[in-house]
Amino acid sequence: MKKATGPVSHLTTPIRAWAHRFAFLILIVAAFALMLLGKADTVLVERARTAVVDAVAPILEVASRPVGTVRDFFDQIRELSDLRAENAVLRRENQRLRQWQAVAQRLEAENLALRELAQTVPDAGLRFVTARVIGDTGGAFARSVLVNAGSRDGVAKNQAAITSEGLAGRITEVGLRSARVLLITDINSRIPVLVGDGRERAILGGDNTGQPKLLYLMPNSEIRPGDRVITSGHGGVFPPDLPVGIVTQASETAMRVQPYIDWAHLEYLRLADYELPHLLLQPGGDPPAGPPMEALR
Amino acid sequence: MSDTAWTRLDGLARGLSPFALTLAFLMAAAVPLRISDLSPILPAVGLIAVYYWIVHRPDLMPAWAVFLIGLIQDLLGGGPLGVGPFVLLVLYAAVATQRRVFAGGGFFLLWLIFLPLAGGAFLLSWLFGSLILDQVIAPRPVIFEYLTTIAFYPCLTWIFIQAQRAFLR
Repeated sequence: MKKATGPVSHLTTPIRAWAHRFAFLILIVAAFALMLLGKADTVLVERARTAVVDAVAPILEVASRPVGTVRDFFDQIRELSDLRAENAVLRRENQRLRQWQAVAQRLEAENLALRELAQTVPDAGLRFVTARVIGDTGGAFARSVLVNAGSRDGVAKNQAAITSEGLAGRITEVGLRSARVLLITDINSRIPVLVGDGRERAILGGDNTGQPKLLYLMPNSEIRPGDRVITSGHGGVFPPDLPVGIVTQASETAMRVQPYIDWAHLEYLRLADYELPHLLLQPGGDPPAGPPMEALR
Repeated sequence: MSDTAWTRLDGLARGLSPFALTLAFLMAAAVPLRISDLSPILPAVGLIAVYYWIVHRPDLMPAWAVFLIGLIQDLLGGGPLGVGPFVLLVLYAAVATQRRVFAGGGFFLLWLIFLPLAGGAFLLSWLFGSLILDQVIAPRPVIFEYLTTIAFYPCLTWIFIQAQRAFLR
């Protein structure tokens, strides 16, 4: 390849300069066309996204392992240093949890008996796929992570991604060996939730900040900071009663929720396949489209 | 294969190295670091990389490569599609029209010029992203990402200088 003599050489021939400008204009037009295409949200765009993520997934998977190991190492050192204090705290917590366990067992038995009395329809079965987080993408404009399980592992669109702490997000794109989880903090995330003991219905909407907002609340609903937020299961996409977070701000202007998830330690995600017996989801395919689904977009 | 063919292949590989290196950094930025509060404000490595190469070796970072980098960045990141290529092309045009300013600029001058350029790029991304999503994107994470990008600039630039010395003498 010839070595270029410098940028000035391009401009020596006017025709070449004109061709460069024309090519540049075409690229700008192409960028605008992409914006329109993305706005129309076609299948094509989704396929392109999945193709890129699927191609990059093996590289990310290899690269994310050493990072995890280093991270674990530092975590272990930190844990060693305050082992004693932590032990004491855990002892106290264990004692408290034992009491709760007794209460839960009694309530579960009572619940079961009442359900039988009332002949409640049993809840849908849950099937889990556990996947490792291999990519953390998006930056300030979108919040999503990539996981190393795809359609070949039984992952499907709209499955809930959860950890032991609570709800993390929802599957939006599925490749063969990877999938994208739209986090509940993303600006496009809308999750139907119930708030507090009054089980007030609301939609949890992200805005790319750490604390998503509560939208579409009833005007007379009473919500206080400290109220628990759980998934409602409305729309039939998400399992109900998954813990989501705690209300931190409840003013006239904004209601914000602090998610339970510790984003810094998001290493494994459980993808919950919620099989509603009456909705008959197609195996491996998209759930039937309809108004309830639209509410989640 | 003859010697000339090898030389040409070698030249081609060297010529592609800025593009390949930029893609590698885009991927590296997607590796989960699991450091609290860092991932939403991770520096925009694509912006730094494209700026470096269109200033130092514009012959090896043509407009189509800039477009492709923006596109891959958008597809990988899951953000609004088309904004990445558009903003990077605007940066490309801004540098191309003011080439004389950049020609003799040292490291600190280039960093100083990068401040408003990156600011404009983030402002454009924020504006077009908000337009596409039909809602105002929270400005705070965008401002923090701008600051981390500025802070990360010397580190990435140093790597690119080493790469330019190694592959593109």
